Amino acid sequence: MLGIRLIPCLDVANGRVVKGTNFINLKDAGNPIEVARQYYLDGADEIVFLDITATHERRNTTIDLVRRTAEKVFIPLTVGGGIKTVEDIRNLLNAGADKVSLNSSAVKDPEFVKKASNKFGIQCIVVAVDAKRVKKNRWNVFIHGGRIDTGIDAIVWSKKIMELGAGEILLTSMDKDGTRDGYDLELLEAVSGSVKIPVVASGGAGKMEHFYQACESGASAILVASLFHYKELTIKGVKNYLRSKNIFVRTINEKV
Amino acid sequence: MGQIKIAVIDYGFGNIKSVINALHYCNAEACVVDSPLKISDFGGIILPGVGAFGPAADFLRLKGFDKAIRNYVNSGKMLYGICLGFQLFFTKGSESGSHEGLGLISGEVRKFNFKDGLLKIPHMGWNSVNIERSLYSGKMFFSINDGENFYFVHSYYVVPENFLCVSSTCEYGLKFCSSVAYENLWGSQFHPEKSGEKGLKILSNFVREASK
Repeated sequence: MLGIRLIPCLDVANGRVVKGTNFINLKDAGNPIEVARQYYLDGADEIVFLDITATHERRNTTIDLVRRTAEKVFIPLTVGGGIKTVEDIRNLLNAGADKVSLNSSAVKDPEFVKKASNKFGIQCIVVAVDAKRVKKNRWNVFIHGGRIDTGIDAIVWSKKIMELGAGEILLTSMDKDGTRDGYDLELLEAVSGSVKIPVVASGGAGKMEHFYQACESGASAILVASLFHYKELTIKGVKNYLRSKNIFVRTINEKV
Repeated sequence: MGQIKIAVIDYGFGNIKSVINALHYCNAEACVVDSPLKISDFGGIILPGVGAFGPAADFLRLKGFDKAIRNYVNSGKMLYGICLGFQLFFTKGSESGSHEGLGLISGEVRKFNFKDGLLKIPHMGWNSVNIERSLYSGKMFFSINDGENFYFVHSYYVVPENFLCVSSTCEYGLKFCSSVAYENLWGSQFHPEKSGEKGLKILSNFVREASK
């Protein structure tokens, strides 16, 4: 049976984890490689690095970070943030990333999704959709960290990127992100119900049952940031909870 | 005694770094190879799993890898195909038109097609794998439990004509062949290099057989 994936997301800038991490057994909790390795050992199903470094020259730091992480972490690694060209993608994949997540660049130039997908295969092209509710049953796609409303219907956009060759959608509710009062289940159902490709739910997790609700609303995977970093919930704890609700998850009895 | 040298074939697109990292972790020396000239020098070959069937098959033929790989396998040395590399073992692929594979195993590659739309395509994520009691599955899955989870990402699956080579199966809408092991020919639809410690164990098993 295919398991629901739990994916910790690390915001990185200039080679460091930006938001807090609270691993007591790590010497350097700001080091993304150490944190990613710890999540790997804890049973994470994938890892996402979101590069929030603004300037171009610092991107080399991220590539180096990906290279060194991939030597120690043997689960899929996705990198997102500021990816604009086929060359950016190639550099990240060559460094050891398994997937890249495109966001603003996909909205500005949808053909970029197609180009990237034809070149590297749909398995490595994730498109991030940041959606915000504008009225009942209508969500628009926002870019630039939620500052700009593109006016594009998130459902229409999701179908379009699937046709262009995205292998997966990373769906973030801008309304719920950071609130900790649960995922936008209507948005999740609407998007997941209109595309064939897997949808990763993001934004709003605060407690165990939110994970279950997301699974029931069509999420194939769930992205989690600060909740895991601060150890309020653990990967193992959430997986045990989901299992008790008859949701299939990968067992984590690994000894390393 | 030096480390065993394993060749990782580079089609020129996508990520083969993960395979190389995993081989290093398994104590093998991994070399990226883009020409068939010296492949007989290697103790084992890995055909990784990136890109699409047609272009990858064309690349192998254009470079002369098809004949070289067949000779290599006939010489009794170990070959492991991952994901697309595994699909390339088969006679025929249907990804964007019909393409000829390497023909190492009789059978074909088919696309998942779910009428009800309930199951997502690609089949992406961790799925449990049932080990078949075939002649060589014990070597491939040495010290791995039945039902262990491995990482998959694919829209096509293989249908071998002869089930003797099937070393494991998996279920996603239907039961499909998730790996083969027959003598020195191993391959898996899942990515051992991305499947945590259990995946690394399979690659270690491969390295051990290649070292014999």
